[in-house]
Amino acid sequence: MNTPKNLKYSETHEWVELLSDGTAKIGLTDFAQQKLGKLVFVNLPLVGDEITADEAFGDVESVKAVSDVIAPLDGTVLEVNEELLDEPGLINDDPYGAWLIKVEVTISKGELMSAEEYEAFCAEEE
Amino acid sequence: MEKKTPLYDFHVEAGAKMVPFAGYSMPVQYTDIIEEHLAVRQKAGLFDVSHMGEIMMSGKDALKNINYLFTNDFTSMTDGRVRYSPMCNEKGGVVDDLLIYRMGQNKYLVVVNASNREKDFEFMKSHSFGDVVLEDISDSLAQIALQGPKSKEILSKLTDEENIPQKYYTFLDGVKVAGIDCLVSQTGYTGEHGYELYCAAADALSLWNALLSAGKDEGLIPCGLGARDTLRLEAAMPLYGHEMDDTITPLETVLDFGVKLEKDDFIGKSALVAKGEPQITRVGLKVIGRGIIREHSSVFIGDDIIGETTSGTFLPYLNGAYAMALIDKVFCTVGTHVSVDVRGRRVDAEVTALPFYKKS
Repeated sequence: MNTPKNLKYSETHEWVELLSDGTAKIGLTDFAQQKLGKLVFVNLPLVGDEITADEAFGDVESVKAVSDVIAPLDGTVLEVNEELLDEPGLINDDPYGAWLIKVEVTISKGELMSAEEYEAFCAEEE
Repeated sequence: MEKKTPLYDFHVEAGAKMVPFAGYSMPVQYTDIIEEHLAVRQKAGLFDVSHMGEIMMSGKDALKNINYLFTNDFTSMTDGRVRYSPMCNEKGGVVDDLLIYRMGQNKYLVVVNASNREKDFEFMKSHSFGDVVLEDISDSLAQIALQGPKSKEILSKLTDEENIPQKYYTFLDGVKVAGIDCLVSQTGYTGEHGYELYCAAADALSLWNALLSAGKDEGLIPCGLGARDTLRLEAAMPLYGHEMDDTITPLETVLDFGVKLEKDDFIGKSALVAKGEPQITRVGLKVIGRGIIREHSSVFIGDDIIGETTSGTFLPYLNGAYAMALIDKVFCTVGTHVSVDVRGRRVDAEVTALPFYKKS
């Protein structure tokens, strides 16, 4: 399992890249894409939508099931990775390259995990 | 604690994702549902379907019993033939749908859905009459499905040509495949050419391994219940508990080819006759908007609910989102635009012809 050190992680398997200008990229972790299987559909918010920590902002679907994508922080959507709408499988191919949304962070949640903590968390969940 | 099929250890060692299904721990996928699905459409796939139930009916009155218990007509059936039939309750709802193998004049093998095995056995037993013995032999048998365009080639490596049933819905009993005693039928639940092999539970692993190695060069891979479900849906084959149940009649779900109202009395006949032309029907839906439709979603025209989806997902070979639904018959014309509620969002779809996929 790939877990880049420069990212933060949530218990619901989203990754966050906090950037110095107060924005953040959000995506699904390698662990998540492996568990979900090949993704065939992605539903993302619109630019300008507010996202709220611990609430679903979108969903991803495999053949078998649909899963919510949970916001790891509060923010406003600045950009949506539209490429994923046509090719959801990019998330499977490159989970840390295939970001879902970019947001303007309003409140950053305190309890996001480091890479080490997240790896331990996933090992527990296996 | 779930039951294990004779192939359980293989599945676990192969790294399959195991899920509880109909009281068994079954492989839902080995690697990826889409990959397994495409293997069956393009090459071949091997399924452990040992969870299916098998009930043997024998006795002088066996034929009379099956003609009374099941909705299809078995009078003209000959040895070595397989016939599909619903089994109805007194109200015309479906107790289960089954395959009936004619083993001999007075002997029939009935293959039932795993989840309905006990219910079916009790139902059949309590409605049987005269000289007939019913025996649930499920635990002594394993069932392996070899499906896909390469399946005949693969089977030919393990047995003589004369041991391979040549026609759809026929079978040969007591044949040797890889030296193992089998009943082989040309049947399946994928919409693809293929065979189902029944053998003693103790021989299952040997047969499974022999098939897998025989099919290696043809691209045969083990497939789980996930691909079995997407394959049957792509071929628009109904599944008990989805497209039919105790409250849905076989006519409503368009299984009229398996219901012979002109034959003598059978369980559910008077109710089906009294109900007349069904008001609802089973249709195919193709998503034309964005999204994936799944089961138990309301189907709308405008603000009016006209029915409910019964199965639906992304279909790998057709590479699109499809569903089956039971809807008001008035709206069943191919091309009719509908929308389907997907978790509070409306997804546009249109009524499309069934089956979605038909092998060439």
